[in-house]
Amino acid sequence: MIEIANLSFGYNKKKLLYKNLTLSLEAGSIYGLLGKNGAGKSTLLKNLIGLLFPTNGDIWVNGFLPKKRLPSFLETIYFIPEEVYVPSLTIDRYINLFAPFYPNFSKENMIRHLEELDVKTADKLNTLSFGQQKKFIIAFGLACNTKVLLLDEPTNGLDIPSKKRFRKLIAAEMNDDRMIFISTHQIRDLDNLIDRVVIVDEGELLLNASVATIAEKLLFTTVDEMPAGDKILYAEESLLGIYVVTENKNTAESKVNLEHLFNAVTENPEIIKQIFN
Amino acid sequence: MNFRQNQPIYLQIAEYVCEQILLKKWKLGDKVMSIRDIAVVMEVNPNTVQRAYDFLQQRNIITNKRGVGYFTEEDAMERILTFRKEQFMDNELPVFFRNLYLLDIDVKELKNQYDQFVKDNFKNK
Repeated sequence: MIEIANLSFGYNKKKLLYKNLTLSLEAGSIYGLLGKNGAGKSTLLKNLIGLLFPTNGDIWVNGFLPKKRLPSFLETIYFIPEEVYVPSLTIDRYINLFAPFYPNFSKENMIRHLEELDVKTADKLNTLSFGQQKKFIIAFGLACNTKVLLLDEPTNGLDIPSKKRFRKLIAAEMNDDRMIFISTHQIRDLDNLIDRVVIVDEGELLLNASVATIAEKLLFTTVDEMPAGDKILYAEESLLGIYVVTENKNTAESKVNLEHLFNAVTENPEIIKQIFN
Repeated sequence: MNFRQNQPIYLQIAEYVCEQILLKKWKLGDKVMSIRDIAVVMEVNPNTVQRAYDFLQQRNIITNKRGVGYFTEEDAMERILTFRKEQFMDNELPVFFRNLYLLDIDVKELKNQYDQFVKDNFKNK
């Protein structure tokens, strides 16, 4: 569904953000893209939608090259940026103007999403609060029913009940034919929705694996004392004991903790590559 | 010692389904909640619920009637108990034993408290 082949990208030619990134993403999964500040998560999303062009290498999305920005490509993908922009239009006017670009748009779903996210107004959209504007765009983006949905920090700016409703909405709207690609730091907001994890650091792909595979290969436990002998990939003291991440040598599966996973992967990239290859 | 405090989500969902049957909220032979409904209620990825249902199917606890949905097997009770016991022994009992040991509580002391607990909470049994 998305094929990235030897992608290099830099905002200036001397300093590349990505070097030779190769990554393949399939339909039917909710991907979580994790990376530190400045790792280039938003940059990657913008390359996928055609807002930025690769310096080298190719990106294929739904069989199209995003940089060509063909209308037939743009109707298959929707991108919700971290900070949304809404024009000075009412909800109805916005739908009438923008929905025709998306052949699978469902007005029925749109109305339902707006109700679920508690967005209602007869006023113009730009008079709404930032959070309300963002929820409007989320409702619209989901109702477009595109094969690929890209979300950049979707829960930023959402209030406490809205985060919950957002998770329910994503769980309800996910299906085998679509792919949802979420870039986020708010791991705890989306923990159980993500079923494939992509980690990038210093321009490199460190991990692209399903949560099921991660649970097979790595063990996430709480212990009283540091286990001797095993290579500790990550450890953190807590009130309950020491959280540790080690290679999983038996068949028992533990619950994957995305925060601990991220730290284990970025601190031990070479060992992780060995374990997952 | 090593205690597994957190089970994978799919196993916790499988346990939830079994729990509903043990609590008689869902009856044997009845339709169980759809994958999508569970995903929405629990705010989890539908693929994770699918994995839980695949697991329960392998265990012959639920069965998939094509196009209709998932149903619990009429004679699943024994297999549910086996699965729940396994999970309890693996996950909850070691933590419980650890605390008994640390707090120096004699297992025999607990018999009366256990009987009282059953009386208080499960009067119908």
